[in-house]
Amino acid sequence: MEFQPQPFFHRGPAPLVRLTFFIAIAVMLMVLDARFHALEAVRSALGVLVYPLQRLTLAPVDAFNGIAGYFSSQSSLQRENDAMQSKLLQSAKDTLTLETLASENDNLRRLLEARQRSPRPAVMAEILFQGRDPFSRKVVIDKGTGTDILAGQAVMDDTGVIGQVTRVFPMLAEVTLITDKEQATPVQVVRNGLRAIAYGDGAALDLRFMAANADIQNGDVLVTSGMDGIYPPGLPVAKVTRVERDQAYAFAKIQCVPIAGTDKHRQVLVLALAADVPPPPDAETAVQKGAKGSARRSRARQAAGGG
Amino acid sequence: MYHETRPQRILLPANPLFVAATLVAALSFNLMPWRNTLGLPDLMALVLAFWCVHQPRRISVGTAWLLGIVMDIANGALLGQHAFAYCIMAFAGNALSRRLLWFPVWPQALQVLLLLLGTQLLMLGVRMISGSPFPGVLFFASSFISALLWPFVTLVLLAPQRRPEMVDENRPI
Repeated sequence: MEFQPQPFFHRGPAPLVRLTFFIAIAVMLMVLDARFHALEAVRSALGVLVYPLQRLTLAPVDAFNGIAGYFSSQSSLQRENDAMQSKLLQSAKDTLTLETLASENDNLRRLLEARQRSPRPAVMAEILFQGRDPFSRKVVIDKGTGTDILAGQAVMDDTGVIGQVTRVFPMLAEVTLITDKEQATPVQVVRNGLRAIAYGDGAALDLRFMAANADIQNGDVLVTSGMDGIYPPGLPVAKVTRVERDQAYAFAKIQCVPIAGTDKHRQVLVLALAADVPPPPDAETAVQKGAKGSARRSRARQAAGGG
Repeated sequence: MYHETRPQRILLPANPLFVAATLVAALSFNLMPWRNTLGLPDLMALVLAFWCVHQPRRISVGTAWLLGIVMDIANGALLGQHAFAYCIMAFAGNALSRRLLWFPVWPQALQVLLLLLGTQLLMLGVRMISGSPFPGVLFFASSFISALLWPFVTLVLLAPQRRPEMVDENRPI
């Protein structure tokens, strides 16, 4: 008869087994997240659990800001007030002309039977903090699915576009700034209407795949083109700072700096998505159409050669 | 040859509540709204490494994994990135525990520096594979600053376990 004595010290599975187990889970999560983007639900559920702790850590910062604001001197407030007054006066002039221009534009568009550009509702939000992740440029704002924020919405401050909502939690949303490496913004040069796509490069933006002789100069202002139906057209995005045309490359190297204060402001506007954008063509059908077209062309070529 | 000649202090057992509280405090420090400051010490990794070295029976791979996942969620990083790196760090910390505690505190800091640098390298590798850009050499400054904090962290986190010193010729320990 076999008798197993009770283990003297009960320590659970061996450390190496435990390590392998947890690493396996972590690697699985990373692959699922990076390759298949399949974990948004998990993220949002866990995000709700972490939320109280996050709010708690914001409390001392908020308190400090509050105290600093309380002691800000009369003169600085006066100066700020003066600056805002003059800014308001200047923008009042623009708004007055804007109304007449807008109605004129409406009339012209009606004449041309073009699609009306509908104004979009916007939600104001506050930036809570910037992500600590040094590999990406993201900020977290204090509005989420609770206030009908959707992934894909454009985010702007008072000077221009700062980014796009990429992840939504019940009470928070994550905004990827236009300077993030994986963020692309469709833009247009104000001076001549040239379209391009601005990619983030960590600190600034660059226009890739522009021909070496593209008509772009230093100081050109880029605004959103509105081609994608996500960003409303005409919002300032960036300013060209350096154009490098090298004979050895087919494309020019064009660098821009964002116009909006991507690292500065606390208050931002989240713009609603346009309601009436037609869905983009399905990738498969587009490919099939292209294949069919080329098949037809080759048949035609054969017929021409045979006849 | 290095010879340890100073007397070793016998410490009181660690209070599990204190261990948990310091881990949560370090996590809160990391969750504070630091901007994208390169070189900010990763206090979570440091305190986790501390307890992995000092309490290998209590704090090991599982705790590290859980805290790593929380870091990933809160930072919007790749899910599992911190969990993966912290797991390996915890395992190495547990394994090094016996040897590391034999040294005085500054040589300990030097070895902890290697541990933290390894953790950062793992995270960098994972992110580079998933297509992120290299954030610059200053990214590693974080480990150096964390390692400089090791003696201070040792002082603070071991404080509740120390006893008042009573010199008694008849009882040397």
